[in-house]
Amino acid sequence: MTEQAQKYVGGGVPRKEDPALVTGKATWTDNIKLPGMLHFALLRSPMAHAKITNIDASEALAMPGVQAVYTAEDINNDMAAGLPCAWLVTEDMKSPVHQPLAKDEVKHLGDAVAVVVADDRYVAKDALEYIDVDYEELPVVTKMEDALKSDSPLVHEEFGTNECYTWPLATGDVDEAFKNAPVIVKERYIQQRLLPTAIECRAVVANPDPVNGGFTVYTATQIPHILKSVLAGICGVPEQKMRVVAPDVGGGFGSKLNIYAEEALAVVLARKLGVPVKWVEERSENYLATIHGRDQIQDLEIAATSEGKILGLKVKLLADMGAYLQIFTPGIPTFGGFMFPGVYDFENYSFECKGVFTNKTPTDAYRGAGRPEAAYGIERIMDSLAREVGVAPEEIRRRNFYEPFDEPTETPAGIQYDSFNLQGALDKVLELADYEGLRAEQKRRRDDNDPVQLGIGFSTYTEICGLAPSQVLAAVGLGGAGWEAATVRMLASGTVEVVTGTTPHGQGHVTSWSQIAADVLGVTPDDVEVLHGDTAISPLGRDTYGSRSLTVGGVAVHLAAGKVVEKAKKIAAHMLEAAEDDIEFENGTFSVAGSPDQNVSMATVAGEAFLGINLPEGMEPNLTEDSSFDPPNFTYPFGAHICVTEVDTETGFVKVRDYFAVDDCGPIINPIIADGQIHGGIAQGLAQAIYEEAIYDEDGNLVTGSMLDYLIPGAPEIPHFTLDRTITPSPSNPLGVKGIGEAGTIGSPPAAVNSVIDALSTHGVTHIDMPTSPMKVWTAIQNAKGERAGTRDADRSGRPAQATDNVDEKGSESL
Amino acid sequence: MRRIKVTVDGKTHEHEVEPRLLLIHYLREVLGIGGAHSGCDTSNCGACTILMNGESVKSCTVLAVQADGEDIMTVQGLAKNGEWHPVQTAFHEAHGLQCGYCTPGMIMATISLLKEKPNPSEEEIREGLEGNLCRCTGYENIVKAVKQAAGSPVS
Amino acid sequence: MIPLKFDYEVAESAQHAVELLGQHGDEAKLLAGGHSLLPIMKLRLAAPTVLIDIGRLNDLNYVREDGDKLAIGAMTRHTDVEHSDLVKSECGILAYTAGLVGDPQVRHRGTIGGSLAHGDAASDLPGVFLALDAEFKITGSGGDRTIAAADFFEDYLMTALAPDEILTEVRVPKLNGAGWSYRKFNRRAQDWAVVGVGAILERSNGSISSARIGFTNMASVPVRASATEQALSGASVDSIAEAAESAADGTSPSSDIAASSEFRQHLARVLTKRALDEALSR
Repeated sequence: MTEQAQKYVGGGVPRKEDPALVTGKATWTDNIKLPGMLHFALLRSPMAHAKITNIDASEALAMPGVQAVYTAEDINNDMAAGLPCAWLVTEDMKSPVHQPLAKDEVKHLGDAVAVVVADDRYVAKDALEYIDVDYEELPVVTKMEDALKSDSPLVHEEFGTNECYTWPLATGDVDEAFKNAPVIVKERYIQQRLLPTAIECRAVVANPDPVNGGFTVYTATQIPHILKSVLAGICGVPEQKMRVVAPDVGGGFGSKLNIYAEEALAVVLARKLGVPVKWVEERSENYLATIHGRDQIQDLEIAATSEGKILGLKVKLLADMGAYLQIFTPGIPTFGGFMFPGVYDFENYSFECKGVFTNKTPTDAYRGAGRPEAAYGIERIMDSLAREVGVAPEEIRRRNFYEPFDEPTETPAGIQYDSFNLQGALDKVLELADYEGLRAEQKRRRDDNDPVQLGIGFSTYTEICGLAPSQVLAAVGLGGAGWEAATVRMLASGTVEVVTGTTPHGQGHVTSWSQIAADVLGVTPDDVEVLHGDTAISPLGRDTYGSRSLTVGGVAVHLAAGKVVEKAKKIAAHMLEAAEDDIEFENGTFSVAGSPDQNVSMATVAGEAFLGINLPEGMEPNLTEDSSFDPPNFTYPFGAHICVTEVDTETGFVKVRDYFAVDDCGPIINPIIADGQIHGGIAQGLAQAIYEEAIYDEDGNLVTGSMLDYLIPGAPEIPHFTLDRTITPSPSNPLGVKGIGEAGTIGSPPAAVNSVIDALSTHGVTHIDMPTSPMKVWTAIQNAKGERAGTRDADRSGRPAQATDNVDEKGSESL
Repeated sequence: MRRIKVTVDGKTHEHEVEPRLLLIHYLREVLGIGGAHSGCDTSNCGACTILMNGESVKSCTVLAVQADGEDIMTVQGLAKNGEWHPVQTAFHEAHGLQCGYCTPGMIMATISLLKEKPNPSEEEIREGLEGNLCRCTGYENIVKAVKQAAGSPVS
Repeated sequence: MIPLKFDYEVAESAQHAVELLGQHGDEAKLLAGGHSLLPIMKLRLAAPTVLIDIGRLNDLNYVREDGDKLAIGAMTRHTDVEHSDLVKSECGILAYTAGLVGDPQVRHRGTIGGSLAHGDAASDLPGVFLALDAEFKITGSGGDRTIAAADFFEDYLMTALAPDEILTEVRVPKLNGAGWSYRKFNRRAQDWAVVGVGAILERSNGSISSARIGFTNMASVPVRASATEQALSGASVDSIAEAAESAADGTSPSSDIAASSEFRQHLARVLTKRALDEALSR
């Protein structure tokens, strides 16, 4: 162990996580094999809405290797409560009963009706075909506007409506602002439904604990701590006897931030059968059984002066809940409701969101969770506003930016942004992209009537992350507990254990928390072991999502390490027979001010603390400190992006040629890791803008039911990213850091779509809904032909088919 | 049942298997090689990519019985005497992985690519990896890793 | 993800494969590279009860010159055709197109014969073989026969192969300096073609003597752009743009989530023009 500590925070320390991952030695949930383990598989409904009139499992039960078949009758009584929704957005929100297995009625394609337990996966899969289920089809509703009509089929008969809730937010006086506004722009945007598609599907193993009668649940989850308490509660297991382990997890993006039927079933089955049980999801199953993202119809109206200065903004959303409410389903769009004002300084804002039930898989958090939707809405309408008042897109943004600030500042949505400097980010990205060169190239292509046009699209965005101040969680109906916990302990040898309540699944917390602890304690990152993901090893935590881990969890590590140094100082003072105030700590060494020869290393102090024989009067042995950090505010990273696309006007093909991003998340702990988060985030945003869409037909069948049809872009489809930063610390925490995990996904979709529309502006196209598929681009160009190019009216009649509007004869939508 | 003899990561194994047993499951379930991963069911994602007789192949689209007599290499067989393969090193140094789930397949696909094209351009790298999807990295650092690996001798 | 159960036989020769096919009738399917068959079996959309593995028939893996033709064994992998110096120099369109099938991993396993025998007009190779006026050699219990590409594809996933026949070789003409191009329009590089156009252009004395144009995914079988071919026969090189306008005449391609029938026809016209322009420039 070295005593020469250096500064690690801010450096690109190579990841400690990598060795297991590049050698194939990681422990994914599906790698877990326990003695006597059985496999279970779920029989899922092949239709979107139907009564279950009979289930006959006798043939399946007779198959060799099949140990049991259960239905709702068997399972639901073993549950203390159903699968919960934890976000009560309004008092009168309709919260349907949601059990692991559907009892009388299936309400979406893939709704589980029975479970087979067998000796191995292949037998279990075969057995599913021998369970006979009689269904009586019920009418299906898949489109929100249909679902809200009085004659619509009801997803949940008992509510008498498909409206889950209406959630309003209003500040200022929008009506007044709009009354005499010289300019009003009105737009409708579709946020299409997405399938999160982490490359690892879900999996769970539940193992009965023979000693305490409880269970260990290994599951591909982002939230072992939340899962521990919720699973314990709903399965009727005492909380202290439930252990949840997130082994290595292959991506989450919010899709593994949930309480799933299969996890509850695993516990119930393990209890019933007294053996470990495992379930592994197949991809086509994942597309039905794992939560979906986004799915909103957005109606926006913006009022402005004739110079384009915003006077007011009205937003109305319809948000598709799907058939049930998973843990955060109703709150995702309302959370985004705070962010439609974006990076713009104005006063009058109104927002209303209606959550709507449909016969589809439930939606919930997917990278950005409400904020990409908001950033898209405002950044798209800003381009429309720019066109309306005849101002360049970068200029209209500048005219409305906040002046830079570094103290909490009230927004039109009534929250407080923490620190901003949009001007700095925009200036930097314009230079990074050689903006003038791009416009020159664009002009050349226009003059030449080049069939491939160049598009330059902007996005200046912010987002709300670093969940969360507990008080705010309580205020919005989430209860509380937004803190994050850390323990930092010095071992007798002077090495360090950091226990964190965050649950990394690719974000590099082990490396980053090592850097943070190393700097505070004067050790090297290799001296630090970061423990996470297992509730037996990390008993306290609120896990990883919402770009919270660094700003809440990393800060907790920093604070706990600081407490260690504080206590160590007292011990050092005692050992050096000096006053505590005279002790200095640098490079891992405590010394007496002015007498550097009088010193003692942190390692020696740690050893002393362990031995407990030479400590100050009344001091307990050991050098281990906890911190539970409850952030006073969210953090608000921001940035300016430029997306450059080439649009082939003859085929509609869109190629993202370049992407320039200047992002500001405050001081950087590990620039390589931070950049990696931005790369991945932007790629997912581009994927939404240009490729992905979960398409349902009118019978509620998922047409894009596999990775053949649901398009995740590969390396040829994604451009090289050119990144830069500005650094504007946040006043929300002692490190001044902001989250960055979702920012790329939030900033990029509007940049991409703005770019495509920019490319086609001389063709009279003013909007295309995502994804900008060749078919939709080409259709938009055709529809705009003959109309007066460049005018506001050019695309009104030619608005291409919306995902929720048009179904062709073959039952597929959104061509 | 069918008797097969397959060499995997330098070791030869003999087993009786069902004809329908997929190679990916033979590797994972029968041989206990957890470093080969499954990510989809339509041969799109490439997470299951291994080398068969030195060429990249999607082990989810091969039956174990088809691998009878063949030589398979997974990511677990790359390191020699504890020393990583240059591609493994490059992925680590270039931060070409985040969650790591697509990484074994990505590494094997890269080895195969560099065999066919020892000095690929950025475009050739991206196209050469068209059969391997990643959701975390946005491919930026994967491309960087492949470029770095191309600069070093590849066995 | 997991196929239904089936029995498995290994064919020792093409003849043996024919015998096994005769034995098992239409319960059996041939397994070559498996990259057309196994994906649909894993989705349980196909469930043959017997698979006859012809993957060991290495003597059907070859590329040879035969006078003014190239003979390619049915078990030749896409990657071998893609990288064959002989194919690249004598029939460039074939090497190029083989290099676009799927992705590298698919190309390492999938075979030319397997792709053709599967009979999917959305695959890249059938349309190109059609444009090349290729010949297919088949062996079965009734002996050997040769069939023209134009007569081989009967309907979606249906070819002229009898249940006990196996494709052994494909023969294509050397291009002898004819211009060529294959334009594949897809969303992602690893995707199937939304529409593909393969064009071979013969010139003489500064004008076009003939054009052969094969479509991918414009019908339930690969089809030729006959109206355009006729318009280009003996025509001046300036007539390409106008001739391409009729490329989709007579076609009624399918509508799906990738493209409507109308959009496919539009793409066929655009890609035909681009393919012809590129072929001309070679």
